[in-house]
Amino acid sequence: MKRNDLILAGAILAVAAVILAFQFFRQGNGEQLVEISVDGEVFGTYDLTDDQTIKIGNTNRVVIEDGAARMEWADCPDQICVNHRAVSKNGESIICLPNQVVVTVVSSEESGLDAVAQ
Amino acid sequence: MKNRAAYFGVFTALALIFSYIETLIPIQFGVPGIKLGLANLIIVIVLYRTDWREALLLSVVRIILAGFIFGNLFSIVYSLAGGILSLAVMALLKKSDRFSVTGISMAGGVCHNIGQLIVAMIVVETYQVGYYLPVLLVAGLITGAVIGAVAGEVLKRIRNLSFQ
Repeated sequence: MKRNDLILAGAILAVAAVILAFQFFRQGNGEQLVEISVDGEVFGTYDLTDDQTIKIGNTNRVVIEDGAARMEWADCPDQICVNHRAVSKNGESIICLPNQVVVTVVSSEESGLDAVAQ
Repeated sequence: MKNRAAYFGVFTALALIFSYIETLIPIQFGVPGIKLGLANLIIVIVLYRTDWREALLLSVVRIILAGFIFGNLFSIVYSLAGGILSLAVMALLKKSDRFSVTGISMAGGVCHNIGQLIVAMIVVETYQVGYYLPVLLVAGLITGAVIGAVAGEVLKRIRNLSFQ
């Protein structure tokens, strides 16, 4: 390893740390909501404190329980979203690329929602 | 030059075997996109021992073949974006002559993940995918360093072989 390699590694780590810190401090204090979008368009917004099961068309099924959302079932072959850990923090998301389904945790304060569509 | 096609075939076969071994590793990290990138070992070696054109061709052929055998159309698109960006950056850094194999492989690993993330952002039309960026940066750095260290050792031992 040359000295330049270490500088490069340090720079990449620094960038990662800055983004991570930014994400950490961006966390809102408001109610945590789960926003599901399909193909870039919002499919629905759900309360993270309400235990529920959401069917997204015939392709995916999201379960919200114990304050966290997870992809319970998907018809895609890779099952990456199903293996993804449950999300609960603001900004965290589960993405099912084949079906273009994005499940994101958002803060009600930040997004400025005045009503929750169930 | 007369053996060029034969060596290219051997390298393609090796890269495909590494892609296969990669699919046998059952570890899930909870974040998509994190893997060792064993096939990049071959790409790095070819980049060092022949030139970037050969490495680019090998990378594209490897991704398309591996995509059809082990993956799907999606994985081909993501891998192509990652593979081409990664190779472009590695070739430029190698030309600058300021980094060792490990450093170049680290940059390659990181850029591979960045390329895939950019395609993911375009496909799902959301910047939320960027949430994965820090994790993928660090993961690319670590796997790239491992691959680079191994590639460095291999290059040291095959110094006397000619692949032209």
